[in-house]
Amino acid sequence: MSENTDRHWQRTSTLMWTMLALWAFFSFIIHFFVVPLNAIRIAGFPLGFYMAAQGSLIVFVAMLFWFSKAQDKIDREEGVAEDE
Amino acid sequence: MTTQSSSGGDFTSNLGRVYAIYTGSFLGFVVFIWLLEKLGVPNIYLGYLFVAFTIGVYALIGYISRTMQVSEYYVAGRKVPSFYNGMATAADWMSAASFIGMAGTLYALGYDGLAFILGWTGGYVLVAILIAPYLRKFGAYTVPDFLAARFGGNAARLCGILVLMACSFTYVVAQIVGTGLIGARLLGMPFELAVFVGLVGILVCSMLGGMRAVTWTQVAQYIVLIIAYLVPVMILSTQKFGLPLPQLTYGSVLSEIATREAALGVPAASSHVAPFTRYDPLNFFGLILCLMVGTASLPHVLMRYFTTPSVREARSSVAWTLLFIFILYFTAPAYAAFAKLEVYTNVIGQPLSAVFSNPELGWMRSYGRPGLALMTLCGAPIDTLQATLAACSKIGIANVTEATQITLRMFAIQNDAIVISTPEIAGLPYVVAGLVAAGGLAAALSTADGLLLAIANALSHDIYYKMINKDASTAKRLVIARVLLIIVAILAAWVASTRPDDIVAMVAWAFSLAAAGLFPALVLGIWSKRVNQQGAVAGILAGFFVTLVYLVVTRYYPWFGVEYLGMYSNKNPVTGANLVDLAKLKAENAALYFQSVVPLSHPMANRVGWFSVSNISAGLFGLPVGFIVMYVVSLMTPAPSSELQKFIDEVRRPRGKTMMEEKA
Repeated sequence: MSENTDRHWQRTSTLMWTMLALWAFFSFIIHFFVVPLNAIRIAGFPLGFYMAAQGSLIVFVAMLFWFSKAQDKIDREEGVAEDE
Repeated sequence: MTTQSSSGGDFTSNLGRVYAIYTGSFLGFVVFIWLLEKLGVPNIYLGYLFVAFTIGVYALIGYISRTMQVSEYYVAGRKVPSFYNGMATAADWMSAASFIGMAGTLYALGYDGLAFILGWTGGYVLVAILIAPYLRKFGAYTVPDFLAARFGGNAARLCGILVLMACSFTYVVAQIVGTGLIGARLLGMPFELAVFVGLVGILVCSMLGGMRAVTWTQVAQYIVLIIAYLVPVMILSTQKFGLPLPQLTYGSVLSEIATREAALGVPAASSHVAPFTRYDPLNFFGLILCLMVGTASLPHVLMRYFTTPSVREARSSVAWTLLFIFILYFTAPAYAAFAKLEVYTNVIGQPLSAVFSNPELGWMRSYGRPGLALMTLCGAPIDTLQATLAACSKIGIANVTEATQITLRMFAIQNDAIVISTPEIAGLPYVVAGLVAAGGLAAALSTADGLLLAIANALSHDIYYKMINKDASTAKRLVIARVLLIIVAILAAWVASTRPDDIVAMVAWAFSLAAAGLFPALVLGIWSKRVNQQGAVAGILAGFFVTLVYLVVTRYYPWFGVEYLGMYSNKNPVTGANLVDLAKLKAENAALYFQSVVPLSHPMANRVGWFSVSNISAGLFGLPVGFIVMYVVSLMTPAPSSELQKFIDEVRRPRGKTMMEEKA
């Protein structure tokens, strides 16, 4: 596949901003609503507490594995991936 | 240059087997100690056996991984698979404070303590998407090296070294203090001896093999620390719910805590799960931001991503790192909840005499004994009933007798005590306590190794090789690197042996300093082609010094902040009242008000600031200042040369050779 550096960087940037938005949501925005979320209880956990203690963390881990796949796909499609 | 045949190839292809055997032997060793305990071998010997065995294994790995090659010494030959680099980085990252102190912080702060959990995990998202893959493509040995190459000059390198030293040295001292405390509290060793053991443990891991040896010992240390962290709380969960998954079962514990809190008359607004009782929202979210951005800028973490075989593996390696860290951090709140329920159930409401007669509360006497005092009744160590009664009368509790029931106000437990005492509170055999000690030691040593290497490499590679003697031979560079490593280690151990309480508290500063000092330069260096050397230098210095001034003034010179920098009293997060009445203090006790280098107990220490932003979130000011100054100064000065522009293009493109490959 031919190399397209500009498009590669553009797609990489889009992915970065997407990830950054998700990061901001799960780091900050969802925790703004901790008080109303705490009214909901799941398996004993108040939901607002749960999101800060486990929920956001699980999302972060999943996000990073997904990101590593997605970025690799971009690298390959634009012909700038490393040789295996 | 191949003075030693590379045994790395064989080793890396057998990693799975090697570490499976290692994990099996470690578990076998734990069972062996348990049998010795059953045979009546005294606890103190069991504790020493744990320390000797684990440090012996780390030393063996360190010896096997010795090397005479520069790239092996600095970046482990770039042969560390992402899975194992993830494990090593997790151990590198999780310090004595994470292992021993985190659960206690959550116990004390409830929901607000989760800022640490979020901050110390979410930062890896920033590492993965903004920084690590690009540093790996660049490929040289240190973070200051990258700054020098990207911004074209040693001025940026020196700024990088300044920030690196400021955040790493206090941090490494705190780790060595950590080994001293673990040895003293859990194993009954003298503090100084435990510090010395820590120093030896660090040097045997790092001196002969540099990054290569540190990597493989950190993997071994991760395995020990995660087993040690999970076992006690899994046993607790099984005892209570028949299910060894404390992370799931502590939902019910939280419900029980809420019931007890209601019965004990704890106001709903300050219950365990209620937000913003210790930090107001600005400080809560500010702390999360500072910890996250700080994580993404700490040199000893970033340098680990130089060691993967490819850019692709650097990315997946960050994901593995976070997974391995997550395993500990999502368990910590469970620890805190189980401990809190235990205290509410078995301590609060008991008569004072029970502490001294009930064998099930024997742990209170053993951890509350004078000299240790990890737990206190009425602010005094738990020694004799008479002493406790006297202490309770003294703090103003009326008509204290041995039948007086223990209240929340009377019983206090130090943060460090939760993890340390859980095995005994749960009535588990001593072998579990020994295991916890070994885990805490592994956490402290692995972090200290990484930090020490970051500091020594900045001195030997950046200052000596790149700035003083560019013609140094390989052999000479490696000798210098090791000599500096030993000097820094001894210096850190010496500072640690003086028991510097302040330095331990200063570790929290490292995150704000790294965030404000390095993050803008790293991110803009990769993501902007316009930022140049002038901007970088100005931005690093501005961000770093704004943060440093805020930290030093609010902690040590509060009067100066109030008089000259427009600071005022921080507010109570619940009531919004001033924490300290500055005008009244100034009028009534001017000597106290104008005191400099104030102790922590001073009424104004850490209690003044701007916008009620507490000391540990100082990066909230430095970070934006760093970004703005860096960008504005860059726009006012010429754009980077076309060579540097090409350099940036190359960093962004995974394909192609590692840019700074050492010529063999």
